[in-house]
Amino acid sequence: MSNEPAMVIVGAGEAGTAAAIALREGGCRSSIVLIGNESMLPYERPPLSKAILIEETYPEPKLLVTHKRLAELEIGYLVGRSVESIDRAAHTIRLSDGAQLAYERLLLSTGSRPRTLSIPVAPGSRMATLRTYADALAIRQIIGRKCEVVIIGGGFIGLEVAASAVSRGASVTVVEAGPRVLTRAVPPSMAELIQAKHERSGVRIETGAMVERVDANEGRSRVVLADGRTHLADLVLVAVGAVPNVELAQAAGLAVANGILLDETLASSDPHIFAAGDCCSFPHRLYGERIRLEAWRNAQRQGAAAAANILGANRPYEDVPWFWSDQYDETLQIAGLCREKDVPVARNLGAEGQLFFYLAADGRLVAACGFGTLRAIAKEIRVAETMIGRRLAPKAEALADPAISMKSLLV
Amino acid sequence: MVACAADALEPEAALRFDHGGRTLVIARSPEGDYFAMDGHCSHEKVHLADGIVDGYIIECPKHFGAFDYRTGEARVPPACIDLRTYEVKVEGDNVFVKI
Repeated sequence: MSNEPAMVIVGAGEAGTAAAIALREGGCRSSIVLIGNESMLPYERPPLSKAILIEETYPEPKLLVTHKRLAELEIGYLVGRSVESIDRAAHTIRLSDGAQLAYERLLLSTGSRPRTLSIPVAPGSRMATLRTYADALAIRQIIGRKCEVVIIGGGFIGLEVAASAVSRGASVTVVEAGPRVLTRAVPPSMAELIQAKHERSGVRIETGAMVERVDANEGRSRVVLADGRTHLADLVLVAVGAVPNVELAQAAGLAVANGILLDETLASSDPHIFAAGDCCSFPHRLYGERIRLEAWRNAQRQGAAAAANILGANRPYEDVPWFWSDQYDETLQIAGLCREKDVPVARNLGAEGQLFFYLAADGRLVAACGFGTLRAIAKEIRVAETMIGRRLAPKAEALADPAISMKSLLV
Repeated sequence: MVACAADALEPEAALRFDHGGRTLVIARSPEGDYFAMDGHCSHEKVHLADGIVDGYIIECPKHFGAFDYRTGEARVPPACIDLRTYEVKVEGDNVFVKI
């Protein structure tokens, strides 16, 4: 590798990979170096909780890019390495193998990692978290046989793994500390629908369940709750959210607060360093507040947007947040941010599903979420996303009426 | 093969048509012309008929890959493999697809 400063991207998930490609496709002539700390090509994470766990045949990762494509784009991919430190004055980074690399611009797409629990865990307990392909394979191996799985946390990852595990014949209990599942993301009535779906499929869900400790028990684990209840488990999955990987940025003196602090153009407090994906927090014009997203589509689009701005586009990033989760044969999709302060309007699609729209105080549509068959909800959420982006203020009565087509409100 | 009635779709809309182990998407352009293309997105097995039609583009309802339904060309990632298209003609009240 030459000593010419390169466009250096730290983290080869969706955001970093999208950025590397967008840099080259956007006309960047410098060398581009993408650094990944896993031992393989960049891959898609969404299937890790779903297809990778349930496919009959041994599941290959779904790659984001091939070696051939990287070569065509002249993107240097450093595999299995992490970045130890950034020297902002010298514009260099130091890698875990000791190498030093000069950067012209640096993009941090370091992602997030599973939050851990601060409870006593007996040595030998079979604990797991889910973030990487290797994590998914380890979980797959255990749930493939008759076993008991306890999942701590009733968020998206926990529930998706619950669905996958129960479909492979495992006996699954989800213990959630909050009063219901999916407390952060969806309205209570939708959470109830999703919870009911899981229970019909055989998943036990215990809410208000604080885990106190995990004991060892004859080669298995015993999950002990604060109220004394216990659950035996062959596998305990801790799925209590994620924390952004900000340590590298922090050590380099960049501004950090629940993510690497960015401006609207995704530049950090150092104008030569940008960030994208789960690791960053940025001000979003639609919401008038700083947000941090842990979502597949945001990672991809934010990575590409950061690349464009590195090349001088200087455009604020204001993509409408969008999220999806598969639960059995049904899908949940969310466009925008469902906030408690906004007014939810329900549109009932009968057996096919349910939609909620959130109107801000000024009447603007700011979020929509739907749960049901893909056919019933996807188009509606997509149209709602366009409305949110255009800052439209549809009438609540029209949104609530399934006989009125969403497309007709797009004026 | 009759895929659907000639008035089955509004302009800029799509429907699913299954025949003999194949699944297709039948799309109608803004001008009212009909087109037929393989129905599953080439990225993952998601049916494009559940996605929205915008101009000549049909978008996957799950991952936003998009195709030009007139030519089958993959236009937006993660879709990167083109889809096969089929000859279509409208005769009388029906839309015919040559499979």
